Amino acid sequence: MTKASEALPNAFSIYALEARFEFIRTLRMPSFAIPSLLFPAMFYLLFGILMASKQGGVKASTYLLCTYLIFGAMGPGLFGFGVSVAVERDKGWLKWRRAVPSLAGAYFVSKMLMAMGFAFIIFLELALIAATLGGVQLTLLQWFLLLLITLFAALPFCALGLVVGTLVNSQAAPAIINFIYLPMAFLSGLWIPLTVLPKYIAAVAPVWPSYHAAQIALKVVGADSGVPLWQHLAYLAGVTALMLYAAIALWSRMKLK
Amino acid sequence: MMNTDTVLKPISPILAQLQNVSKKYGAVTALNGLNLSVHAGEVLALLGPNGAGKTTAVSLWLNLLQPDAGAVTLFDLAASTRAARLRVGVMMQAADLPDTLKVCELIELTQSYYSKPRDKTELYAMSGIAELLQRPYGKLSGGQQRRVQFALAICAHVDILFLDEPTTGLDIDAREAMWRSVRTLVDSGVAIVLTTHYLEEAEALANRVVVIAQGQIVAEGSVEAIRGRVAVKSIRCVTKTSAEIVRTWTDVESAVLKAEMLHIQTIHAEAVVRQLLEADPDLSQLEITRAGLAEAFVQLTKEQ
Repeated sequence: MTKASEALPNAFSIYALEARFEFIRTLRMPSFAIPSLLFPAMFYLLFGILMASKQGGVKASTYLLCTYLIFGAMGPGLFGFGVSVAVERDKGWLKWRRAVPSLAGAYFVSKMLMAMGFAFIIFLELALIAATLGGVQLTLLQWFLLLLITLFAALPFCALGLVVGTLVNSQAAPAIINFIYLPMAFLSGLWIPLTVLPKYIAAVAPVWPSYHAAQIALKVVGADSGVPLWQHLAYLAGVTALMLYAAIALWSRMKLK
Repeated sequence: MMNTDTVLKPISPILAQLQNVSKKYGAVTALNGLNLSVHAGEVLALLGPNGAGKTTAVSLWLNLLQPDAGAVTLFDLAASTRAARLRVGVMMQAADLPDTLKVCELIELTQSYYSKPRDKTELYAMSGIAELLQRPYGKLSGGQQRRVQFALAICAHVDILFLDEPTTGLDIDAREAMWRSVRTLVDSGVAIVLTTHYLEEAEALANRVVVIAQGQIVAEGSVEAIRGRVAVKSIRCVTKTSAEIVRTWTDVESAVLKAEMLHIQTIHAEAVVRQLLEADPDLSQLEITRAGLAEAFVQLTKEQ
């Protein structure tokens, strides 16, 4: 008979392993990986390069690079939490995780890191398209800032996804997430600049967190609307905190199936 | 086969305990002041009809539920503590693992949670998953998934294992192999809590059976003792006398014709046999057996 553990397993190595496997297993899910990794690049190619070459040129390609980076960063967070949490709860994996000595924190952190990992790949795709086909020229600092913004832009959407994932069942989750993801991206001016869209859409746009993330990215290339950075950051922080608060409350009441 | 008459050594320490535990779901009482202990080196089989409370009892130990009243302990620790969880292995019903992870990855991940992972070669041999390691979990058959779940339950050196219907979906060879591994673990002092509908499994493995009905223990003891609690005997024979007629006789619980054989359940086997011989002196292949655990279990829960 074994005695109680003398040496606890290293928490850091558990987190690292969970994050690695979370990334690998989502990468192997075509229904997740293909839309997350291909759609932003395809849309950018279509709207940001092909259509911009007729109208707006490099300036338009640069502007849309920023907004499509945010569009790319939204997906993995929303789907990685919104759909995965619902599915993993309904299939009983969360129940199993509670019975074994897994770390609850590692579950969330691994999903956050997965979303950031996907955002990183999306950044590389879009940056490559922009720099080659789009002729977008930025300084090294600008590229680096855009990368940083893309990675962190995933986090508010992780929190939003988590709220959905704890609320709805696995059948409803993909539809609901898509219903949030696609309209919000459009209404924030991520696909087509707000200046081209009807005025009332532009007027309501500051409600959406994705609008503020895009404004921060646009600041890097000097194409934002001129509102101070701290206001965008404060709004995003506020939305994220509110979502996390709701998610924690919902999580503790959530029935493990 | 394990000796089911094994007398429990009173010195075996208690590893898991439910003390006066009650649990309600709304107006429905799932457990009603249940007391239950699991000792080192024993296989405790929890039997009972669906909704009797056995799943609730196990869920308390598995950190999935909180009791309304009473104490739930593992190794004298609260079931929710990490120190307790580190010494527990679990195989659940309806708990799917991530489909796109390979078996070897699931093993690596689960082993990382524990402080005393089992040697991989030993683990693969005990669970029979060596040829499945590179396959994604979602691509496995039901029986193969069951074997992987068993491997995860025993992937570390734990003190107590909770196995819920461990061999459903397994073929005979795989089932026998899993039983052998369970016995090896028990011999090394591991306690097993087995919930099963599959009574042959309880008969093959358990040295103590607890029958739960309506949130309370209605019978407890060795497989032999539980069987003895029920006086029912089975009579089988080939006879011209029809089941319909036999059913009208006193003390006959049931009589059915299965594959030319008349199967009779009764508590007065001698009297019924006498009647059978009077009715049909040419009857053949007469057999009288004591009830199996299945019959005993049905009888005990019916009394409630």
